[in-house]
Amino acid sequence: MEQTIFYIFSTVLVLSAGAVITVRNPVFAALFLVLAFFTSAAIWILLEAEFLALTLVLVYVGAVMVLFLFVVMMLDINLTVLREGFARYLPVGLLVAIIMVAQLAYIVGPARFGLDKFPAPEPHGADYSNTREIGLVLYTEYLFAFELAAVILVVAIVAAIALTLRKRVKTNFMKPEEQVLVKSKDRVRLVKMAAEKRDDQQAPND
Amino acid sequence: MTTPSSFEMPNLLPAVPEIFVLAATCVILLADLFISKDKKVITYLMSLATLIGAAVLTVTLHTGETVITFSGSFVSDPMGDVLKVFVYLVTAVVFVYSRSYLIARNLFKGEFFILGLFGVLGMMVLISAHNMLTLYLGLELLSLSMYAMVALQRDSINATEAAMKYFVLGALASGMLLYGMSLIYGITGSLDLAEINAAIKSLDDSKMMVAGLGMVLVIVGMAFKLGAVPFHMWLPDVYHGAPTAITLYIGTAPKIAAFAMVMRLLVEGLGDMHVQWQEILIIMAVLSMAVGNIIAIAQTNMKRMLAYSTISHVGFLLLGILAGTSEGYSSAMFYAITYALMGAGGFGMILLLSRAGFEADRLEDFKGLNERSPWFALMMLILMFSMAGVPPTVGFYAKLAVLQSVVGVGLTWLAVLGVIFSIIGAFYYLRVIKLMYFDKPVDTTPLQGSADMRIILSANALGILYLGLMPGSLLALCVAAIG
Amino acid sequence: MLEAIQSALSFLPDGLVTLLIILLKIFALLLPLLGAVAYLTLAERKVIGYIQIRIGPNRVGPRGLLQPIADAVKLLFKETILPTNANLFLFILGPILTIGPAMAAWAVVPFDDGLVIADIDASLLYILAMTSLGVYGIIIAGWASNSKYAFLGALRSAAQIVSYEIAMGFALVGVLLAAGSLNLGEIVTAQQGSVVQWFMWPLLPLFLIYFISGLAETNRAPFDVAEGESEIVAGFHVEYSAMTFSVFFLAEYANIILISLLTSAMFLGGWLSPFEGILPESMLTGGALGLLLGSGIHWLLLKTAFFMFLFLWIRATYPRYRYDQIMRLGWKVFIPITIVWLLVVAAMVVGNVGPWFD
Repeated sequence: MEQTIFYIFSTVLVLSAGAVITVRNPVFAALFLVLAFFTSAAIWILLEAEFLALTLVLVYVGAVMVLFLFVVMMLDINLTVLREGFARYLPVGLLVAIIMVAQLAYIVGPARFGLDKFPAPEPHGADYSNTREIGLVLYTEYLFAFELAAVILVVAIVAAIALTLRKRVKTNFMKPEEQVLVKSKDRVRLVKMAAEKRDDQQAPND
Repeated sequence: MTTPSSFEMPNLLPAVPEIFVLAATCVILLADLFISKDKKVITYLMSLATLIGAAVLTVTLHTGETVITFSGSFVSDPMGDVLKVFVYLVTAVVFVYSRSYLIARNLFKGEFFILGLFGVLGMMVLISAHNMLTLYLGLELLSLSMYAMVALQRDSINATEAAMKYFVLGALASGMLLYGMSLIYGITGSLDLAEINAAIKSLDDSKMMVAGLGMVLVIVGMAFKLGAVPFHMWLPDVYHGAPTAITLYIGTAPKIAAFAMVMRLLVEGLGDMHVQWQEILIIMAVLSMAVGNIIAIAQTNMKRMLAYSTISHVGFLLLGILAGTSEGYSSAMFYAITYALMGAGGFGMILLLSRAGFEADRLEDFKGLNERSPWFALMMLILMFSMAGVPPTVGFYAKLAVLQSVVGVGLTWLAVLGVIFSIIGAFYYLRVIKLMYFDKPVDTTPLQGSADMRIILSANALGILYLGLMPGSLLALCVAAIG
Repeated sequence: MLEAIQSALSFLPDGLVTLLIILLKIFALLLPLLGAVAYLTLAERKVIGYIQIRIGPNRVGPRGLLQPIADAVKLLFKETILPTNANLFLFILGPILTIGPAMAAWAVVPFDDGLVIADIDASLLYILAMTSLGVYGIIIAGWASNSKYAFLGALRSAAQIVSYEIAMGFALVGVLLAAGSLNLGEIVTAQQGSVVQWFMWPLLPLFLIYFISGLAETNRAPFDVAEGESEIVAGFHVEYSAMTFSVFFLAEYANIILISLLTSAMFLGGWLSPFEGILPESMLTGGALGLLLGSGIHWLLLKTAFFMFLFLWIRATYPRYRYDQIMRLGWKVFIPITIVWLLVVAAMVVGNVGPWFD
């Protein structure tokens, strides 16, 4: 049963990953990437790593890919330019890819990483909490790495802001806190004056 | 609150310099928001103070012993301490050189210094890594800061293109590195470098192949970051496209950190596979020296020329490491440190000659420098001699030490090749000297550059001369650090 | 009851029985949910009507009670218009991707002690993950419609949802800190004791932010610029008609109910009775009175109904935010407040501050 589910998800994963680089439409490519993330999350759930799986969905599918899709949709991508070198580089690319795949299949294949080479991990009890276990090692054993990851994110924020924030001179900003405080007498001036008569005889509604 | 039974509170003392730099950078990041645009010199001074403070902390906490903390992810040892102090020194020099250049180009912003300091933090982490995870994170911290710094000049097409190339290729290299690391982790079952080394000893031949593939991928990733041939393509473009002040940053201190990365991963982690990685490094070293020195001859742009010269220097650095002896490692360490100092001087000269709206990055901009400023022509002469490896500058001793260590392990032919290529390389360094002394100046505006920059730059060049005359102390330091 | 069904189906293979029972549970949840959605639309029109001193729909059936059914029948029989040059596959996929996660999120919602389809460990995270998927339907629908209004609406709504998700996530982290669990059922039981124990007191800012972010997440007034009728007609679903349109509608209202229910479960003690700890124990357990006053699903539904009413009340009361103000509120106000309050909550938990964390 579990194996069937695994093969279903992994087939979808591999196919969608392939589709990411082969489909013509970049929006479809991004959507296939979403599908790939989603199916790999499903495979992680099969591995009893539900915290990681849900985080993958939450972070990659729910946030990163949304922004990615955003950009892809708004860009006017010229596909012909993108595909110009495709046919020319295809033989070389294929050759490299085949060598890599063959090498990996040979080295990371069942001869060294097969199921019989590693003892199956013991199934966890019903009260085992994946989230708790990750939390425990993350804040103790991997504290240094965890802090570093935080620093990297800070650098990413600083870099993103430094590279994109431009002071726009022509934009008129409104300050809501000031808007709220406005009283009618600040904006409207009521003037008392005597009625005037128009000099010309034109109709008033021309 | 439950904690794993094996956990004990980490000893924070060895990591105090890192913690200090992080805290100080965060303070600067916040303070910079409140500093008006024309008072950014405060940010600059705070950054220098951070580097000095870190240096003081590193020196005072230096015990000469190897301490491992944070559950095996952080190591503080003599090599790390020495390298860190030089990282602070070189970065401080870089900041001083960059100031007037950045002001003239409207780049004198807090971000430059903040990213620079985060980069320093990345280098420190990289130097002190005792675990593949920490090593990778330190590398990414450094790289991310550098990508952003290259792109900092947003309206320059060259800089943006350079940043893009750097980022894409750097990400590819990180991917390779990670893939290699995951293979090594898969077969040894540990992230800890010392444990990996121990586990590799007991692997059988079949499993050794997995570790071998992992090692190859790790080396590919590191070669990308170092800029060794055949993974050097990004380097000239990035050095050329980035604003010179940033080229100065990425071309100097990170080389020291890169040396540490190679030491930690290859020597501490995969030391037992020395025979395998030696062959790869030999090929890369020979190619780097050949490609770097020969293509540099064809360059008309000073920054590109120095970029290719960097590639050739990386080749020499690899020579020291591939020897696989402690003499080799200490000579490579010596080479990395002196190269960082020479590079700082070389790019510093370009900065000195640049002014608002003018980049002195072509070779012809150096024409007749002797008539414009005999003193700085002399300084440049020393720097070029040192890069070429002409005695009595330090470049000579660095090359000599490396070649000696190669000969020491019986690879005399490699040493001969090294000598041949450095003779070829001498041509383009000497051409700069010829331009300075025997050609008429094209541009006769007097040199700009603040007094502090002039003083430090002179000290930099004279220091290289001094180290060339008395290399003993630094060499002894490197030997002691490698142990 | 489950055992009875199980034994009645015992002639089937084991796996099939499990599957059937799961399906039955899902039906038992979804059918009332869809009914609630239908009547929420009626409630909305009625409530807003009364607030605006109108009567609201009152023609179909007694007091207009059959109005939702009439609407549903009408939408079923309308033609589904497929715009020319629209990407048909994605055009259809859009509504499906909206309703799917909106329904899937209900799998882990507990209605009473143990009354839940899937009692998983990280249910809070699951809910967050599922609700974050809903935005795909909106983006895809907006893009596939091949219409500028739809596209603009989709961009607005996606940016808004992604932004407010952060504040919402942080609010949930506060709940997680306070309860010490990611399981919704355990979160509710962690609030046992009395009204004072409910998390709305120690987590007051997070509670308010969660609910307001919920308004923004569901694109409801005053954050409904995504469909701002006066500017971009109806936003991302402007090209949709008949069933495809009603699917979006269903998803939006199902999300409203979900947010209301989660707010009451996480901050207002879910199915716990407010009389706990006030009335003597004997009144809460025995007899008909005990059933009424003691903890039970009716309290959860009551609290949920209150928040649903709040949704409608707010819609009838407040003018629409301007887009940059929405972004400002989310990023510059809510996120900093939540981060600061997380520190406060963490300090309270570590310092065992009573009466919540002792």
